[in-house]
Amino acid sequence: MLTIKENRVEDLQQLLVQAQREIAAADDSAALEQLRVHYLGKKGQLTAQLKQLGQLPPEQRPQAGQAINEAKQTLQQALELRRHALQAADLEARLASEAVDVTLPGRGSGIGGRHPLSRTLDRIEHFFRRMSFEVASGPEIEDDFHNFEALNIPAHHPARAMHDTFYFPSGLLLRTHTSNMQIRVMEQQPPPLRLIAMGRVYRCDYDQTHSPMFHQIEGLVVDEAISFADLKGMLYDFLRAFFEDDNLELRFRPSYFPFTEPSAEVDIRRNGGDWLEVLGCGMVHPEVFRHVDIDSERYTGYAFGLGAERLTMLRYGVNDLRLFFDNDIRFLQQFR
Amino acid sequence: MRISEHWLREWVDPPLDSQSLAEQLTMAGLEVDAVMAAGADFTRVVVGQVVDLHPHPDAERLRIAQVKVSSTQTLHIVCGADNVRVGLCAPTALAGAELPGGVTIADTEMRGVISQGMLCSARELGLGDDASGLMELPEDSLPGQPVQELLELDDQVFEIDLTPNRGDCLSLAGIAREVGVLNRLAVTPPAIPTIQPLSGKQFPVMLAAPEDCPRYAGRVIQHVDPVAPTPLWMVERLRRAGIRSLGPLVDVTNYVMLELGQPLHAFDLDKLDAGIVVRRATGEESLELLNGQTVTPDEDTLLITDASGPLALAGIMGGARSECDAQTVSVLLESAFFAPLAIAGRARRYGLHTDASHRFERGVDPTLQVRAVERASQLLIAIAGGRAGPLIDVTAPEYLPTHSTVMLRHARLTQVLGQHILPEEVSDSLQRLGMMVKATDAGWRVTPPPFRFDITLEADLIEEIGRVHGYHRLPSRQPLVRLQPGSCPERRLDASQLADALVLRDYQEIISYSFVPADLQQALLPQYPDITLSNPISADLAVMRCSLWPGLIRAMDYNRKRQQERVRLFETGLVFQGDPTAPEQIEMIGGLISGSRLSEQWGAPLQSVDFYDLKGDVAALLALTGAATGFRYIARSHPALHPGQSACIEHQGEPVGWLGALHPALAKQWAAGTGVFLFELRINAWAQAHQPLFQALSKFPYSRRDLAVLLDETMTAERLVETLHKLGGSALRHAMVFDVYRGKGVPEGQKSMACSLIFQGFEDNLTDQAIDRLVIGIVQGLKQELDARLRD
Repeated sequence: MLTIKENRVEDLQQLLVQAQREIAAADDSAALEQLRVHYLGKKGQLTAQLKQLGQLPPEQRPQAGQAINEAKQTLQQALELRRHALQAADLEARLASEAVDVTLPGRGSGIGGRHPLSRTLDRIEHFFRRMSFEVASGPEIEDDFHNFEALNIPAHHPARAMHDTFYFPSGLLLRTHTSNMQIRVMEQQPPPLRLIAMGRVYRCDYDQTHSPMFHQIEGLVVDEAISFADLKGMLYDFLRAFFEDDNLELRFRPSYFPFTEPSAEVDIRRNGGDWLEVLGCGMVHPEVFRHVDIDSERYTGYAFGLGAERLTMLRYGVNDLRLFFDNDIRFLQQFR
Repeated sequence: MRISEHWLREWVDPPLDSQSLAEQLTMAGLEVDAVMAAGADFTRVVVGQVVDLHPHPDAERLRIAQVKVSSTQTLHIVCGADNVRVGLCAPTALAGAELPGGVTIADTEMRGVISQGMLCSARELGLGDDASGLMELPEDSLPGQPVQELLELDDQVFEIDLTPNRGDCLSLAGIAREVGVLNRLAVTPPAIPTIQPLSGKQFPVMLAAPEDCPRYAGRVIQHVDPVAPTPLWMVERLRRAGIRSLGPLVDVTNYVMLELGQPLHAFDLDKLDAGIVVRRATGEESLELLNGQTVTPDEDTLLITDASGPLALAGIMGGARSECDAQTVSVLLESAFFAPLAIAGRARRYGLHTDASHRFERGVDPTLQVRAVERASQLLIAIAGGRAGPLIDVTAPEYLPTHSTVMLRHARLTQVLGQHILPEEVSDSLQRLGMMVKATDAGWRVTPPPFRFDITLEADLIEEIGRVHGYHRLPSRQPLVRLQPGSCPERRLDASQLADALVLRDYQEIISYSFVPADLQQALLPQYPDITLSNPISADLAVMRCSLWPGLIRAMDYNRKRQQERVRLFETGLVFQGDPTAPEQIEMIGGLISGSRLSEQWGAPLQSVDFYDLKGDVAALLALTGAATGFRYIARSHPALHPGQSACIEHQGEPVGWLGALHPALAKQWAAGTGVFLFELRINAWAQAHQPLFQALSKFPYSRRDLAVLLDETMTAERLVETLHKLGGSALRHAMVFDVYRGKGVPEGQKSMACSLIFQGFEDNLTDQAIDRLVIGIVQGLKQELDARLRD
């Protein structure tokens, strides 16, 4: 009897070792399932051993049963471990097969871009909105009154010769500056006023440094007790903000515009280079106030006019005015 | 205006170097554009005097001159100039001399004769355009003296860009006055004597338009030598001012104009008939001018005439008939005051711009005329001899400009400049500027001088004080403002937001000219009348755009010609439509796409854009309103567009834009290829966003049913979806076409449209039976309303 028992124990051990070896060698889940059925299935070898327990003497049964159950648990654990390992390997293999080249470009369209002049105009608008200026816009085909007469430029004024105006047979004209907006706004709104107006202006002149169409930004501030010092302060702040250069040098040079008095041109200089003219400005001329029925004793104001092309060229190093209107995509896309 | 610095310093000599003086003028509003050396750079050029002359043995046109270049040295120089003669003093370049343009002079053999240097023309020294002969130096020049020294070429020329209000500075006298003010120095003009007449010769003058010409001064000078050499100092001063020497009669008038600011004219007295009459033109006379041009002045133009007709365009240019020449014996000098308004704009009308018109338009001192005659007489007699007649001075004093006084309040000055300026400084500056100043309780009573036409208001005086004080010395301050809340409308959509949306959809913004070629615009948009410029830059840029499309097409064409096949462009801006005498100016946004849908890439097939790519972009823009369903796309033909691929966009029944394919015939002609799609939207008509209003969400799940129906080919998706919604009622939350099919199984002339229907209850859940009943009702309704039947 003893022999029988010892044989059994020995068989079980062998079975266990063999099963563990086979499990470790199983290289996919199907093989693993086969092993499970082979050892633990209804007709499996361990199951068969359990079934044979009845043939043992009763006193041996508990011990043998326990041994078989332990072997069964051991095998179940081995199967489970192997299954996890195989699943992990499967997942890993799948993930590896799904890897992409992250350096290939993304699908779909790219983005376009604004025109460099729009970029400048937007930056300027942004600055002045922060300084609580309103933005006004108005017509480009203009009448003589708003473009000239009300700005103290009567017919035959020598300043008209500087403007090289485009005319229509009707006597209308293309505005030569955004200063027409000073008049259009002051006709409609009483002071205090703080506004900018931007847009296209036109002069009948075309060469390397002149375009028949270009862009201006007009500023106007009208209130009680506005002085030349306010004008200077605003333009210092604006130009230094625009060029993002707190050391930008400015100089205010006396000049002449019929609609401002005193008038000045402003030059800037960077890093000790040459002075570059960037804008014209001045205190609103009393004659302009008279045309729009504003009391020039009570109110004073300042106005300035900036050239968007000039500022854009200085800011980005563009060296030819004509590039702005050729609309060459290769140029425009440099400003995305 | 150009002016010699040496000449200026004869009048006023501040302790400043050239650059500082130039900067001082610039910072006072007299912008010095350039400071240039008076002479070009050359070395080893001295005065040489021709003492003997022989023909060249081997060359007919050349001669051999013995040129004395110092008290001890004489050179043999071969010369081909016509004016070489014994006694002539001319610039002589010695061996080793360097001339402008990199020319170096050395002893050279010319046809077997050694030439020990070169006799020079003005052009060879960079001192003028004259290369017709040797430059003639005064015969009393000292041989051997460096020419630079003789001509004072260490001088600088200031080029001053004057603003139109400062006509008073168009002379040496005016600039000197400014320098005097800025440096608080006295100015010393040359003494101008009163000429004692040696003859009684007069010439009658009548002011027939005294409001235009209230003063006409002059003098007859008889027996002048019209070919006397102009002295070198005068030639040089003229040259430095950019004026060529043309003989003493013209040179003297130009010189006095430069010096004092009074334009003068010299008539050949013997060519004048009876007397001078200054009057307006009749409109029927013609006049040949000094430049050879013949004009027929209009009635608005002032003329100098005599009994035979017009002599000169007053204040602009003299006429050929009375021109001085080498035979002139007697001259009539004219020194007149013409009212600025009588001259302004006239020169331009005849395509002219002269030194005289430039000055008269801006205003010449009305008290200057007699002084200028005296000065010109003095110089002319000194150079060309002659017998002066008595001074002519015909004046209509009631028409001379008057200067009223201007009050300057010190408080106002301080307020406008933002700085208190000492009263002594104010009155001193004003007085040095030539104003009469009288202190008052509040400030000053100021009478501007006759040469200042730009001082009529207190603001003008404030500018003068600020300018002389120096803008750079005025304070600067940051704003201190009472802020008023501006409006910040939530619903406003501006062009910038639309532009940003297009940029994110891969559109590049362009800015094109507002004027376009008329033929292109007519081809695209014949429905609009041309709004044509009177004076376009070119025929290509002659009409105002009535649409953004011409500019977009031109930009596309430009880029295609530069190998850019994929083009996606947009522009915003005004277009001009309607009555050319009162055009509508409408803000538009427009775009153009052409080429592949996506830029070429590994992960997507290369496909060309079509109508629906464009429509997707347009719909995205309109969706920014938050109410995209308020827009309808209506198939409608447009002259510029493919008749089968063109839609008008309507908003609340109003057309607000167009989109479609560029008509193939136009594409072929103007855009070098097909497959071009365009849109344009009128921004102001719809750029008002919808303000969102919350609606409760249904708690119940939705059910989807799909239907495919056969429809007539002309039936639109819009009509189908509308009908579905009408039939489905509130339970049909959403209906859309997800496929369109033509071909096998679909009869000719019909199409199959597959729709998805999304049903969802709000109050309670919809049962399958309820939805089935709805679908049956919809199918029946489609049959009745659209003649649509279910596809098997």
